[in-house]
Amino acid sequence: MIRDITLGQYYPGDSWFHRLDARVKIIWTFIYIVSLFLIRDFWGYVIVLVTLALIIGISRVPLNFILKGLKPIFLIIIFTFVINMFMTKGTPLIEIGFLTITKEGLRNAFFMGTRLVLLIIGSSILTLITKPIQLTDGIEKLLSPLQKFGLPSHELAMMMTIALRFIPTLLEETDKIMKAQMARGADFESGNIMRRAKSLIPLLVPLFISAFRIAQDLAMAMEARCYRGGSHRTRMNGMRLRKRDGVAALLIILYLTLIIVQAQGILSLLMMSVIQLIQAA
Amino acid sequence: MNHIISIEDLVFEYEREEKLEPIKALDHVSIKIDKGSFTAIIGSNGSGKSTLAKNINALLLPSSGVVYVKGFDTKDETKLWEIRQTAGMVFQNPDNQLVSSIVEDDVAFGPENLGIEPTEIRRRVDASLYAVNMYEERRKAPHLLSGGQKQRIAIAGVIAMKPECIILDEPTAMLDPQGRQEVMEIIEKLHNEGITVLLITHFMEEAARAERVIIMDEGHVAFDGTPAEVFANAKKIKALGLDVPFTVEIADRLRSRGIDIPKDIISMEEMVDYIACRFK
Repeated sequence: MIRDITLGQYYPGDSWFHRLDARVKIIWTFIYIVSLFLIRDFWGYVIVLVTLALIIGISRVPLNFILKGLKPIFLIIIFTFVINMFMTKGTPLIEIGFLTITKEGLRNAFFMGTRLVLLIIGSSILTLITKPIQLTDGIEKLLSPLQKFGLPSHELAMMMTIALRFIPTLLEETDKIMKAQMARGADFESGNIMRRAKSLIPLLVPLFISAFRIAQDLAMAMEARCYRGGSHRTRMNGMRLRKRDGVAALLIILYLTLIIVQAQGILSLLMMSVIQLIQAA
Repeated sequence: MNHIISIEDLVFEYEREEKLEPIKALDHVSIKIDKGSFTAIIGSNGSGKSTLAKNINALLLPSSGVVYVKGFDTKDETKLWEIRQTAGMVFQNPDNQLVSSIVEDDVAFGPENLGIEPTEIRRRVDASLYAVNMYEERRKAPHLLSGGQKQRIAIAGVIAMKPECIILDEPTAMLDPQGRQEVMEIIEKLHNEGITVLLITHFMEEAARAERVIIMDEGHVAFDGTPAEVFANAKKIKALGLDVPFTVEIADRLRSRGIDIPKDIISMEEMVDYIACRFK
């Protein structure tokens, strides 16, 4: 299951979105996430969906690749959906025993579920179309004004780079330890939750030890390659804002305006009147 | 003589908890490495060969004695980065020494640390990747590559810093035979281009390809000389718990049966040629 996580993976490509400056993409993602909590009705989701579809289409990331990333959080989505469906008070629609599905509940459940799905898709797209290095460089640059207040932005970015690099290595390590323990009779699959949690101890302890060993090796290798913090460093691919980043900024503003306008209900009114006009005609 | 590395009476002790005696990993070792040479250091586990390598790169500092790299004392902190740039180091585990999740960015890591111009970094990265035949894979993620490929990337990362000397600490220990072969070919190529190579290994076949072999045992230099000279002591080497190259073993057994094989035959090809000539 852990192999399915697309969050944090990069899908190589050379599209317009791939080439955008990472800073622009990070800001866009941030605004996108905020926007998900601003929208209130169906038409808001239409705007988000169209935007997402455009980004996915242009960046040519295969849809099933993105959807695969949803698998690990599928349970959470279902859970949110069910809780919202049964726990919201309002006009009852169906009653099954002591459970009541309300109209508002169904609506809430649908919106919350969709919101979660869109949240995961949106943020995984950021990492799918941005090289991890550019991503961390972008975060470093965006955070660098805070350096004055003592925020170690370079160190943070370096930590993220290394974390991203070592996700697959640690997964392999987990797999190895798991198999080794299974060969000695460890059982990770049966029993109740408590037993299963307990059975993870012989997996987690060696994993931690090996993570520390890897960290030590890596620190030594980095020192041997003259790493001494951020102050003397240059970058092979310096970040420069280009024309397309300006265009992207305009698009972000357009998107945000649409969302705000929509959240105020103006757009839905407009749409409704258009629909009414069509129906009248 | 032009020595790029000069180790004089080096002692290194690993500190332990208070009550325990420190472990002496290196005990009065003196070695001089000629510029442009290819030296193999072999020894069993705990013989001090890796400790020696880390002392050359100033990752460890001598307990007593001096290590000079290009004339700089490794204890001189102001020259630390020059020393590490001069004597680049490749480690055993290919996974634990790559920093970035993109091959070319990893190769750029060293030059970036040296504060080199971006355009120059680009040039060096491309050249280094070509040198290890990994240019095609430059945009891939390291975890998708084979062990041998990862180790070649690690070597590229070091040559991008333009070192005069490369120290390889058991670079092939975790590789399959094919990966081992790939890495050895790159090492020999670098040596032919004039880079001083210091190869720490426990594969005798690899050591036999060097110009000079040093055998370490319990922190001492046990043997030091050309492969032919060193492997002439086959029995003593085996007594240290080490093997000798397959060819040397064969030659030794043939000799004990009264077939005279010259001492300087080390490689499989030489052996085959010699036997073919003699018994035609």
